[in-house]
Amino acid sequence: MSSIKTFITDFGWPRIIIALFLLSLFVAAPIVGVDLGASIGDVLNRFGQNAIMVLALVPMVQSGCGLNFGLPIGILAGLLGSTITMQLGLTGLTGLLVAILITIVFGVIFGYLYGKLLNNVKGEEMTIAMYVGFSAVMLFSILWLVLPFNKADLVMGYAGEGLRRSIALEDYWGKLLNNFGQFSIGGTPIPTGLLLFVGLCVFFVYVFMRTRTGTAMTAVGSNPDFARASGVSVERMRTVSTVVSTVLGGIGILAYQQSFGWVQVYDAPLFMAFPAVSALLIGGASVTKASMVNVVLGTFLFQGILTMTPSVINNVLKNELSEVIRIIVTNGMIIYALTRKTKVAK
Amino acid sequence: MSTGTRLLSLHGISKEFYGNVVLEDISFDLDRGQIIGLVGENGAGKTTLMRILFGMPVIAETGGFNGTIELDGQPVAFKTPFDALDAGIGMVHQEFSLIPGFSTTENIALNRESLKPNFACDIFGKRMSVLDRVTMRERAVKAIHTLGVKLDPDMLVSEMPVGHKQFTEIAREIDRKNVKLLVLDEPTAVLTETEAEVLLSSMRALAAQGISIIFISHRLHEITKVADKIVVLRDGKIVKDVPVAGVSVQDIAAWMVGRDVKTKAAHLSVCKDSVYLNVEHLWVDMPGETVRDVSFQVMEGEIFGIGGLAGQGKLGIANGVMGLFPAGGQVTVGGQDVTLNNPHAALNSDIAFVSEDRRGVGLLLDESLEWNIAFTAMQAKRQHLIPVLGGLFSVRDEKSMKALALEYIESLEIRCTGPRQRAKELSGGNQQKICLAKAFALKPKLLFVSEPTRGIDVGAKAIVLETLRAYNRDYGMTIVMISSELEELRSICHRVAIVDEGKIAGILPPTADVAQFGLLMSGLGAGKNGDAA
Repeated sequence: MSSIKTFITDFGWPRIIIALFLLSLFVAAPIVGVDLGASIGDVLNRFGQNAIMVLALVPMVQSGCGLNFGLPIGILAGLLGSTITMQLGLTGLTGLLVAILITIVFGVIFGYLYGKLLNNVKGEEMTIAMYVGFSAVMLFSILWLVLPFNKADLVMGYAGEGLRRSIALEDYWGKLLNNFGQFSIGGTPIPTGLLLFVGLCVFFVYVFMRTRTGTAMTAVGSNPDFARASGVSVERMRTVSTVVSTVLGGIGILAYQQSFGWVQVYDAPLFMAFPAVSALLIGGASVTKASMVNVVLGTFLFQGILTMTPSVINNVLKNELSEVIRIIVTNGMIIYALTRKTKVAK
Repeated sequence: MSTGTRLLSLHGISKEFYGNVVLEDISFDLDRGQIIGLVGENGAGKTTLMRILFGMPVIAETGGFNGTIELDGQPVAFKTPFDALDAGIGMVHQEFSLIPGFSTTENIALNRESLKPNFACDIFGKRMSVLDRVTMRERAVKAIHTLGVKLDPDMLVSEMPVGHKQFTEIAREIDRKNVKLLVLDEPTAVLTETEAEVLLSSMRALAAQGISIIFISHRLHEITKVADKIVVLRDGKIVKDVPVAGVSVQDIAAWMVGRDVKTKAAHLSVCKDSVYLNVEHLWVDMPGETVRDVSFQVMEGEIFGIGGLAGQGKLGIANGVMGLFPAGGQVTVGGQDVTLNNPHAALNSDIAFVSEDRRGVGLLLDESLEWNIAFTAMQAKRQHLIPVLGGLFSVRDEKSMKALALEYIESLEIRCTGPRQRAKELSGGNQQKICLAKAFALKPKLLFVSEPTRGIDVGAKAIVLETLRAYNRDYGMTIVMISSELEELRSICHRVAIVDEGKIAGILPPTADVAQFGLLMSGLGAGKNGDAA
C-alpha cells in the first residue's frame, strides 16, 4: 500500500490522470469505430514531430532561465535553414543535411543574441522571452516578403516575390526521415527514421547535460552564487544554454516540417512554444528542473491526447469539442506548473 | 519562579521525516512561571519539537507526529500557528520578522492594533475604523516596561541596533493578552553580552509574572544562569531532564555531545618562515562589510585569525580575495599574483574558500551531497570527469564523485542517509561539514574559512575546529580563519588580526590579554603597527 502511495507521489497525480485518460481513449477507440492501428501510428508520428522542440526547452530550464517561451526564435532559424536550402535547389538527404547546417549557424547567432538579452532580465526571463519570440516572428513576417527568394515553387504565384504561406516539401525532403526504414505492425506504421532521429537528439542532450559544461549549467540553475564561487561564469552558462536551446528548436522544426510535408512561414511559429512547454510540464518537469524522461513521457502523453481526442470524442459527440479540450489541456498544464515551482516528479 | 501548577506536558512525542527518526518518545512537563533551558546539538531535534508545539504546517505535511501535548491539563493539537497563538503560546524566532519601515509601537501592535471607530464604520463595518495611536503607544510602553528594557516606542525598526529588534519581537509576544508560554529560539545569538544580560533579567521578570518560558540557546552559561530546569536533547531523545541547580556548563556540554568536549587547544603546529600569502592595500566593495585598506602577511603553514566586530570588513577580505565582490590591491600566494575579481583564477591559485553564507553561497541545497562536494573540484580542477572520444569532451564520473563523497562523509562524521541525500535535508552543522568537504576536495594549499562555527552546536564546532587543525598539521595547509568568536580564534590560531573600519587595527598573538583585543575592536588600539607578533 505504502509503495503505491510513494509511486503516486513520485509520479504525480496530474500525470496519472492524463495517462488514464489517454488509456481510456485507446480503449474507447475501437468501440466507437476508430481504427486503433492508424491512431497509434498517428500518435507515434506526432510524437516524433514534436519531441525535439520539447527537448529544446531542457537546457534553459536546467540553467535557471525558465521555460523557453522564446522557442519561436529557434524555429525561425530552422525556417531560414529550410527555405535557403530550397532556394539553393538542394533535395533529398543532402538538402536536409544542408538545412540542418544552416539552421545551426543561424541558431547559434540568434541564440547568442537572445541569451545576452536574457542575461539582462534575470528573474523575468519567461515573460520577456514570450515577447521577444512574438516580436521576432513579426519581424520575420516582413523579412519573408522582402528577402530575395525567387524560386517559382517558393514565392507567391501572382506577385513573383515574397514567400508563400505554406511551401510543399514533397520535391525536397518531405517524409525523408519518416520513410527511412518504415515498417508496419498490424496496420500500425512505425516512422523508424524519425524516431531514430529523435532518439539521437535525446541522447545528445542527455550526454551534453552530463558533461562538465552541462553539470555547471545545472548548478547555475540550482544556485548561481554557488556556481560563481566555484569559478563558473554564470552569464556564459546561461548564454550557452540559450544557444543550445535555440539550435535544437530549429532542428525540431526541421523534423516537424519533413514529417508534416510543408514549410509554414509568417505567423505559423507564433504559438509553437505553448504545446512544447505544456508537453514538458505534463511530463513532470518544473520551471527549474527537467529530465529526458520528462521530455519523452510528456510529449507522448500530450500528443497522444491531441491525436486521440478529435477522432474518439468527435465520433461520440459528433461535434468539434476536441479543439476546446486541446486548449484547456495545453494552457491548464502551463498554469498548473507555474503555480508549483519547486516540486519535481522523477 | 515556578508556582507549582502545571502548564504544559508533552507525552511520548515522536516524529519522523522521510523515514528518518528525528524525535523519539519526548516527554517533559513545564510549570507556570518556570523557565526551561532546552539544549542540544544542531540536528538533535529542538527546532522540530518547537514546530510540533507551535502547529507549523510543515509537520502535518510530512505526516504529523505521535504523542500528546497537554496545555492547562487539556490535550491540544494545533493545526496552524494561529491556533497556538490563540491558546497563549508566543514564539520568537532566530530570524526577525519585523517590518523595517514601521516603528516599535506599530510592530508590537501589528495585526492587533487598537482601533477607534468613526462614522464610516456604521456604514461599512469595523474595517473602516482608524488606529488609536495613543492606546497603541500605551500598550507598547507597557510591554516594554514589563520586559524591563529601554526601548524608544517611536523608533523605526530599520534604525535600531540588533538587540533592540530582538526586544521588540519579544515585546510583541508579551503584548498579547493571554500569553502563558513563550518560546525563545536562540534569542541571544545576535546580542552583545550586555544586551544578553538585559534579556536574561527580563526573562526572570516575565517568569515572576507567571509566564513560562522555553529557552533555546547555544550559550550554555546563559542557560545555567536563567533556567529553572534543563532538558538536554541528543539524537532526538531526551538524555537529561534535571533542575539546573548545581549543574555546570561542562556537564551540559558533555550531555549534549555524549563525549568530553575539549575546552583547551591542542598545541599548535610549527609554521615555516616563508611568507605564503601577501596582501597589500586590499580594498573590497562588499555591501555591509567594506574593506578599505588591508595589508597583512601569512606564513606558510600558519593558521591566521581575523576577528573584529560585525560590519567592520573582516568578511570582505576573504570574499574579495576569492573574487566574489569587486576588489582591488595586490594579493600574492606562494609568490604568484592572484587575479582579483575572478573566482576561477583564485581557485586555480590553489586557494579554497568556505563561505560564511552557507545556504546562499556554500551549498546546492536541491542537489545531492555528491554534487555539493565534487562540483567545485570538477569545475576548477577538471577532476571527476571521464574523457570521451579521445578527450573531445568529457562527462562526469559519478563513481568517483560517490567515492569522494563517501570519503568525506566518513572522515568528517557527516550525519546523512547517504551521498544521494539532498543538502537541504541536513542540519546546520552537517551542512557546514559539507562546505568544508567541498573545500578540502580541492586539495588547496591556502584555505579561507569564514565563520565556520556560526550557528552550529558545540559538538560540531569541536569537530570543525579539530578538522581544520588536523589539515593544518598533517598537510601543512595554510589557513586564514575569519570569525566573530574571539575565543575560538585564540584557541586555534598562531596570530589573530583584528579588523576595524575596514583596516587591520592590529595583530596579536593568541596569548595576548583579552583586554588588548577588546581595545583593538573598539578602535582604541594603541599603535596601528601592523605586525606585532
